[in-house]
Amino acid sequence: MSKTVQLLIRHRSPIILAACVAVLVAISVMSGFKHLQVSLTEMLIRMTIVIGIYVFIGNSGILSFGHIGFVCIGAYAAGWMTADPDWKQLMLTGLPSFLQDEQYPFMVAQVGAMLLPAIVALALGAAIMRLRGIAASIATFAFLMIVQSFYSNWDSVTAGASSLARLPTIVDPWIGLAFAVGAIAVAYLFQVSRWGLMLRASRDDDVAAKASAVRIVRERLIAFVLSAAIVGAGGGLYAEFLGSMTVNEFYLEMTFITLAMLVVGGIGSLTGAVVGTVVVTFVIEFLRTLEHGVSLSATTLQLPSGSQEIGLGVVMALILILRPTGLSRGRELLEWRGGAAALRETVADRSARAAEIPDRSGSGVQFKGQEKYERANLEDSPR
Amino acid sequence: MGEFLQNIVDALSLGSMYALVALGIGLLFGILRLINFAQGDFITIGCYALIVPSTDVTARMLIGAWSWPALIPSICLIVIIVALLTYALVFRPLRRTPSPTLMIASFAVSYIIQNGVLMIYGSRPKAVNLWAGLNSPIFIGGLRLPLLEIVTIAVALLLMAALTLFLKRTLLGIQMRASAEDFRMAQYLGIRGNVVIGLAFGISGLLAAVVSLLYLTQSGSLSHVMGVPLALYAFVAVVIGGMGSLVGSVAGGFLVGIIVTFLQAYLPPDLRGFRDAFAFAIVILVLLLRPAGLIQAKNVVERV
Repeated sequence: MSKTVQLLIRHRSPIILAACVAVLVAISVMSGFKHLQVSLTEMLIRMTIVIGIYVFIGNSGILSFGHIGFVCIGAYAAGWMTADPDWKQLMLTGLPSFLQDEQYPFMVAQVGAMLLPAIVALALGAAIMRLRGIAASIATFAFLMIVQSFYSNWDSVTAGASSLARLPTIVDPWIGLAFAVGAIAVAYLFQVSRWGLMLRASRDDDVAAKASAVRIVRERLIAFVLSAAIVGAGGGLYAEFLGSMTVNEFYLEMTFITLAMLVVGGIGSLTGAVVGTVVVTFVIEFLRTLEHGVSLSATTLQLPSGSQEIGLGVVMALILILRPTGLSRGRELLEWRGGAAALRETVADRSARAAEIPDRSGSGVQFKGQEKYERANLEDSPR
Repeated sequence: MGEFLQNIVDALSLGSMYALVALGIGLLFGILRLINFAQGDFITIGCYALIVPSTDVTARMLIGAWSWPALIPSICLIVIIVALLTYALVFRPLRRTPSPTLMIASFAVSYIIQNGVLMIYGSRPKAVNLWAGLNSPIFIGGLRLPLLEIVTIAVALLLMAALTLFLKRTLLGIQMRASAEDFRMAQYLGIRGNVVIGLAFGISGLLAAVVSLLYLTQSGSLSHVMGVPLALYAFVAVVIGGMGSLVGSVAGGFLVGIIVTFLQAYLPPDLRGFRDAFAFAIVILVLLLRPAGLIQAKNVVERV
């Protein structure tokens, strides 16, 4: 086998994932349904965001509830750069003139949409990355609330009371696909890089990782900044997709849907992020169609409005209960059970069946051998 | 001076409401390591249970038309049942999962409840007039105080005293405290985990029901997301007060009430909108500087 082929086989899972998504897009675009293409574009944008969130959560094992804050920052950065200057001068009086008087091309705006969240993530992450487990999750949630409060009240810059409007709507399925594939590539390259591997080591066993000279806080910070940049790009896409937006688009609802996608697919793998986005989008669209009513020969089947949201909530709860590692079980595509992957038991696998009580460490991470140790030392529980 | 005293009473009344919600969240966190966002939606359910289920614009009273000795227990019962149902259906199967997973699950529960309410009652806010008499002011030494605020503070203090007595003096209460300290050890000693956790959910439901009545009397309008801000502030209170400590939750609740009232009263008008940003910035600061909160719970020290 030539070297190239070997390389392709070794890194087959992101390539196959990207190819599957591309085929999905090609089929839907060729089908010619306008409605389908709009949902598809939104799915691809969400996929970019979910992959971005995965880069942090999946590799570090820390749940973040704040990434939609970065999406918001990215979307508004892109909005400031691309909105109609006449409108900006009228409505966004607080903007600096290089933003107020100019209109930048899409790709420049995307760079801005990645850069600003990355900078914010660097500052925030430097402070909170040393927190552990639930404390870190709460801090990210607090960040979401701060962004929400700030952007909806800073009226002269964000038009928070009304909406940021007059944006060009240029994002179509192909642009969405380009960014989603880009996100898959970046996320994969990161997770097989030495930083990604060190971070994953700290996720699986933080004491052992620290003892092996992994600087956990630094590795987490790198992932945090990278993931903020990716979700920021997703935010920029949203801005140029919607044409006008309010701060409320980027709040609890989107946090819930993107987390649901990641949980359904499986938090621990890139395949999970991609598959989860597709599956959840399918569920949402299916229920939405039923809400509009479907005629079956004699009768019309119609669900009351709201069933789409309830259905999504139920699906998510069921996955959490029945298959806590998600559809992908934390594995990448085509990682065979018999291969090395089977030996590499995922964290979630273990914690799902480990202890009989809620995880007291709160970090979501169980040490290797902890289970055995605890079974042997019932009267002297290590926690 | 009069205005200042007025603000103090406002702050205490708001604070006692937050403290009750925070107690509900803190209780579950202590035992289950669950941060229950659905606590706010329990409150929403308590409010909506008062009216006839329909998507009409005007609300017709159902339980809300009953006299208070019938009304209060029925609402409490309904919310307690809902709380126990969420435990039985969602949180019980997830008891063994790590804390952040539970937090996600509580998001899912909250999402389901909110949209369920939306489905049954419609999305438009509805005006409800409950116990209008309580909104009339009373005068104490020249101070004009809404009767409701006094009632809120009194009810909160009463409930806290009752809960304290329950936790300190009854067998079940002592079992709950033991479980909060070390759940596994408590189980080894023969405490039934399901009973204790179920009881904690029941008490959370009871607290939510009481808050729902107080809150609705004050606000006079129903919306399917009405409980969310209460839960968010209570969550801030729990973190500031010290997660896992009930005294901390109460203290945090009052503190948040005071901070919010005084920021609202004395912050320059331009900055008032950023009140929530300040509140949550305090959360991050507390996590960084004093991760255990104001009052440290005994069981949060991690051992390796």
